Amino acid sequence: MVVLFFSELERKLRANDREYNLSFKYATNAIKTSKYNLFTFLPLNLFEQFQRIANAYFLFLLVLQVIPQISSLSWFTTVVPLILVLTVTAAKDATDDIVSTFENVFFSLFIVNKRDRTEKWMNVQVGDIIKLENNQFVTADLMLLSSSEPLNLVYIETAELDGETNLKVRQALPVTGDLGDDIEKLADFNGEVRCEPPNNRLDRFKGVLTFAGQKYSLDNEKILLRGCTLRNTEWCFGLVLFGGPETKLMQNCGKSTFKRTSIDRLMNILVIFIFGFLAFMCSVLAIGNYMWEKNEGSQFTVFLPRLQDNPAFSSFLTFWSYVIILNTVVPISLYVSVEIIRLGNSFYIDWDRKMYFARSDTPAEARTTTLNEELGQIKYVFSDKTGTLTQNIMIFNKCTINGKCYGKIYTVDFSFNPLADTRFVFHDHALVEAVKLENPEVHTFFRLLALCHTVMAEEKKEGELFYQAQSPDEGALVTAARNFGFVFRSRTPDSISIVEMGKQHSYELLAILDFNNVRKRMSVIVRSPEGKLSLYCKGADTIIYERLHQSCSKLMDVTTEHLNEFAGDGLRTLALAYKDLDEEYFNQWIQRHHEANTALEDREGKLDELYEEIEKDLLLLGATAIEDKLQDGVPQTIEQLSKADIKIWVLTGDKQETAENIGYSCNLLREEMNDVFIISGNSLEDVRQELRNARTSMKPDAAENSVFLPEMDKVVTDEVVSGEYGLVINGHSLAYALEHSLELEFLRTACMCKAVICCRVTPLQKAQVVELVKKYKKAVTLAIGDGANDVSMIKAAHIGVGISGQEGMQAVLSSDYSFAQFRFLQRLLLVHGRWSYLRMCKFLRYFFYKNFTFTFVHFWFAFFCGFSAQTVYDEWFITLYNLMYTALPVLGMSLFDQDVNDVWSFQHPQLYVPGQLNLYFSKKSFFKCALHSCYSSLVLFFIPYAAMYDTVRDDGKDIADYQSFALLTQTCLLFAVSIQLGFEMSYWTAVTIFFVLGSLAMYFAVTFTMYSNGMFTILPSAFPFIGTARNTLSQPNVWLTIFLTSILCVLPVVTCRFLMMQLCPTINDKVSEEMLLLFVLDVFKPVETRGKIILQSRSLQSNPVTSSFRINADIIPKDGP
Amino acid sequence: MLLKLGGHCSFQDFSEESCHGPGSDEMVQEENEFTNRPDNTAFTQQRLPAWQPILSAGIVIPGFVLIGLAFIGVGVALFVTSRSIQVLERDYTGDESGTPCASCANSNVQNSFGFCFPQSQGPVFFYYGLSNYFQNYRRYGTSKDDNQLYGVLKYFTSPSDNCAPYAYNSNNQPIVPCGSIANSMFNDTFKLYQTVNGTRQEVSLDGKGIAWWTDYNIKYRNPTNNPLKDAFNGSNSGLFYRNFLINPIYWSKPAYELDTSDPSNNGFVNQDFLVWMRRAALPDFRKLYRRISQDKYPDGLPAGNYSLEITYNYRVYRFSGKKKVVFSNVSWMGGKNEFLGIAYLVVGSMCVFMSIVMLIVYAKFKFPDEE
Repeated sequence: MVVLFFSELERKLRANDREYNLSFKYATNAIKTSKYNLFTFLPLNLFEQFQRIANAYFLFLLVLQVIPQISSLSWFTTVVPLILVLTVTAAKDATDDIVSTFENVFFSLFIVNKRDRTEKWMNVQVGDIIKLENNQFVTADLMLLSSSEPLNLVYIETAELDGETNLKVRQALPVTGDLGDDIEKLADFNGEVRCEPPNNRLDRFKGVLTFAGQKYSLDNEKILLRGCTLRNTEWCFGLVLFGGPETKLMQNCGKSTFKRTSIDRLMNILVIFIFGFLAFMCSVLAIGNYMWEKNEGSQFTVFLPRLQDNPAFSSFLTFWSYVIILNTVVPISLYVSVEIIRLGNSFYIDWDRKMYFARSDTPAEARTTTLNEELGQIKYVFSDKTGTLTQNIMIFNKCTINGKCYGKIYTVDFSFNPLADTRFVFHDHALVEAVKLENPEVHTFFRLLALCHTVMAEEKKEGELFYQAQSPDEGALVTAARNFGFVFRSRTPDSISIVEMGKQHSYELLAILDFNNVRKRMSVIVRSPEGKLSLYCKGADTIIYERLHQSCSKLMDVTTEHLNEFAGDGLRTLALAYKDLDEEYFNQWIQRHHEANTALEDREGKLDELYEEIEKDLLLLGATAIEDKLQDGVPQTIEQLSKADIKIWVLTGDKQETAENIGYSCNLLREEMNDVFIISGNSLEDVRQELRNARTSMKPDAAENSVFLPEMDKVVTDEVVSGEYGLVINGHSLAYALEHSLELEFLRTACMCKAVICCRVTPLQKAQVVELVKKYKKAVTLAIGDGANDVSMIKAAHIGVGISGQEGMQAVLSSDYSFAQFRFLQRLLLVHGRWSYLRMCKFLRYFFYKNFTFTFVHFWFAFFCGFSAQTVYDEWFITLYNLMYTALPVLGMSLFDQDVNDVWSFQHPQLYVPGQLNLYFSKKSFFKCALHSCYSSLVLFFIPYAAMYDTVRDDGKDIADYQSFALLTQTCLLFAVSIQLGFEMSYWTAVTIFFVLGSLAMYFAVTFTMYSNGMFTILPSAFPFIGTARNTLSQPNVWLTIFLTSILCVLPVVTCRFLMMQLCPTINDKVSEEMLLLFVLDVFKPVETRGKIILQSRSLQSNPVTSSFRINADIIPKDGP
Repeated sequence: MLLKLGGHCSFQDFSEESCHGPGSDEMVQEENEFTNRPDNTAFTQQRLPAWQPILSAGIVIPGFVLIGLAFIGVGVALFVTSRSIQVLERDYTGDESGTPCASCANSNVQNSFGFCFPQSQGPVFFYYGLSNYFQNYRRYGTSKDDNQLYGVLKYFTSPSDNCAPYAYNSNNQPIVPCGSIANSMFNDTFKLYQTVNGTRQEVSLDGKGIAWWTDYNIKYRNPTNNPLKDAFNGSNSGLFYRNFLINPIYWSKPAYELDTSDPSNNGFVNQDFLVWMRRAALPDFRKLYRRISQDKYPDGLPAGNYSLEITYNYRVYRFSGKKKVVFSNVSWMGGKNEFLGIAYLVVGSMCVFMSIVMLIVYAKFKFPDEE
């Protein structure tokens, strides 16, 4: 199968001929989405897990540990954590696997072949004809043969496939439709299909059916894909084309690009660095061992004879022994913990009610769980306009017909029309008059709107029409036509019925020249009941204008004027045109069309040529203007984001004027901006010049040094400009600006501006712009969009956000996060992103701190134990330190911590800036962490050392023995790191307090258990520390030592932090101080009504969110950056 | 609650659902339609009540002063206590002239030297100390068999590999107790005499109760054989010994003869043995040798002249080790150790000092702003 996968260029199959089809070895329908079965799970999963470097490293450690000369720690210190980590991962893999196994199951269905009988889905093979019934789930890619519905239509829902919930129609070829449900005929059907090889394009299919000597073109309209559900259709028959892993759905799975966060990359670098450092420490100790063995050790042989009297060999063994002991600098639980934290923070996004949109019942969704902290570091936001900034609920607002502009201010009465949509509102009576007066242009205009579209109509009751439109623009236009008396009632593949001013007409539909992003127009060719052939075309004005007949030039001028006016109001415009066709020419054209349509090679190219040929010399009718209202809260959101120093680039397909207008209305461009540059040059040089001029006027001295472009480090630094500027660039200019020679020029200019709007951009250009910024800017980018045209940009950016809106689900499906409204973006970034970043950084800083501190103590001890790789702590403590004693508190912190609550994050968007600058966790802060650990470990070793030196218990017995010392040091360590955690944590919930105290309590419980008589008598050699806890922890000087080390570890931290807060406070400090101030003011505020005070202070304790909010009205105007 | 939510909405939150006043009938009806609406719990909405401590001057500076004062207090107490403990230390390694036992190392017969002891308060303990002795060396530390020492006969004949090279002797005879620690047991013995009016009077020493209760009662056990000797030579033990057990190479007598006078202090539960087996954490250490018996000297040693008779067996000069004897009494905080008291005093004064620095910084940077 694998071989075929590469070599298959075309698929051939014959219906009901298993032998023939089997000769190609196509994949059967048995999909093995599950990776494992009961027996292979353990070996396979383990094999996979050990391919990860971290796990392999610990396996290597384990191997080292079983070598007796090297083993400085018992095997269980590595095995227990390793098993735990492996089990957690394996459990996760197993549950994933069980979920995906489930769908394979137990449906059985009816296969039509010579033996007709019911079979399980998984036994279906390519070439079989199968029967589907209503509401059944399609589990192979089928070619539709026949159906119960008239005209061989079937209705399907593709929610599983692309998330779109509107019903779609598929239609069988008439020739196969005739087979009906006659089993005999179906079993005898021997059509041959030649089609494309398996691929992942859901929206396209090419193939040819040869049956009874005739060739029939197959396209997407005749295909049912795996993942669809059959609706409103009693039954249908289909021929299996692709099975199992070759279906388009399966081909689409698991191929998404893998995104990693910058913290991930930093972490990998740090881990390598830590390995280096580990090697360095071990080398130092190995050298120490060499010296010691040579001097002291060689003399200390009376009581400890050397096995081999060779210091060099001994130091070699010591090196590896210390690798084992000091391995805790790279703890195995790091990666698992990071995953858990990200998962938790993703759940918070899913659960957030303030990102839930009630109107469409859509909660926010974190579709990837690995990118959270990057949300707190966004510097550039690339946004689509339609459906993202706007509602994508289109309202037919104005139009121009034959040079006359309609659409002013009055509400129009549509009562003359019983089929009118009552929700439709239009404000110009003149147009209704024009319709009633039977103005021919006006009638043609609306007839075009009623005919030229792909909308489906549903008429459940007489007069109750529902339109199912794939794009809201179309819906708006058809609804407009309906209200003005040209009611689209129903369509079949060959005809369209409309009611024109109360009279029923049926138009014969001869061809649909479909819309796509390149053509930017669509046409239909119809024959009117009178027999007249016409082509109706609607599309983007520039495109239509290129294809108009010369005779319309005057009308064009007037219409252009109107169009500019519409665009100035921020409306979306479409130009409409038509032409009558010559019967003879058309017959010849449709012939060629059919040929092209059945071609297997370059079908699209050929069709495009044909379309181009017929769509010319059109007669202009007029233009429509559709209003797309801004979503709620967009201007505020944009203002907030720009206060957080996030740069917003709007990439839209709209006209420049429309885009500019929207830019102003959503606060992106502002009147008080110093200048808004418009780049619309038509050649490379023009664009270059315009960009340079823009830059010169922003920063007069910057233009000159444009030659030096920093090619070497490939990073363009931010340039500071005084004043605020905006940049608007046109699609064709953008094409030049994105060329290699100009891209840096463009980037530098654009990055100096506060806001950038690119209009008339293609989906590809959107991705290019994102890639450009990603390439030269060391910044995190986010792309947000709602439509299929945003997919490329969403995939290109570091983080892709999909708006689940009107235009289907494609953007959402390829996004990392999705929600229903643009305004939720500020909550996603300023609240969730900021918290996630903060938590992750705190986690990493603390995690490294606690492990370094833990490990460095061994290093110091080495100098006092002859570099013999003697551990300081009990082996059980080493085993459980990361797993039990410190795991939960740090997880608690990383799941619950918040330095300021959401309201304050909104009030002070500047709090977001540290994330963009990578301030909370960088190489520098990692280094600081290591230094801090170094200090703590020195305290933790030398204070107990000095305190226990030559001392005894209060009954004169031993306390300076190794076991007591181990217990003392590990207790000191645990207290020190727990208290340190307390200082890291700024949000003490009951859960975190429980985790911290619980872990300490757990430590004592476990320690006393491990050191108890019972455990020792069961396994004397495993629990040699018996009695140590009792004998040591009863001594006052032990507790005084613990207390002293804890305080000494913490004092410098507190002092430093306090002094930093006073001397150079960060934005966070200022905000927390303000919070505190308000809190104090609030508690002691002399309010007249006594009851109110109590109420307020109570609310303060219970809910800081609301309390701090309540007073903000006084503060907002005061707070500065 | 209702009021708060409303206020909340008007500021930042544009989402419709939270602007509805809860409780209205419409709301209840609509509730059913919002099937995907996330739960409104404090946990999912990240609104768990919490305490948010801030390092404000009002907490930090008084905190520092308080901690500082408390530390100084504890420090003074520790220091005074430590000062009150009397310690007498005598090095008797004997490899340098001028030390109390200058020629001890050269003759392995009994040596003695005298010293003065001031009046002590409370019972006095008699320690021996070793320096430059690496009981914390890893291979030394693991070189014992806990099962054997727990009295399990099976491990008498096949000691753990950890004990190598003191698991078997050259004739492949198992060593009991095996391992380096046991083998290197300290074997100098001391006798203390008080010189009263020119006559030497032996001071009675108590060798019981010098080891941890858990070591004596649980961790170490003799086999149940009676007499104990049988467990070691194989007779009546029910075990067939291919090879006779032998005692550790440096031992002059077998384990079952460590204290022949008292069966409860013999074999593996001999308290001298237990004290030695509890290996020290650091290369310089002291171990309890005897207590000055309390029945005769209930208030500690009286002041006077004493002489110590040493049976010098233990060789330490090969690795430049030092041996010493220590007489000391104890206090509530254990033995004499001035470090802890001084450390508390230093840290306490640092706290107070830092609090003053902080106060100055705070005053300088804060108050001009607010005026």
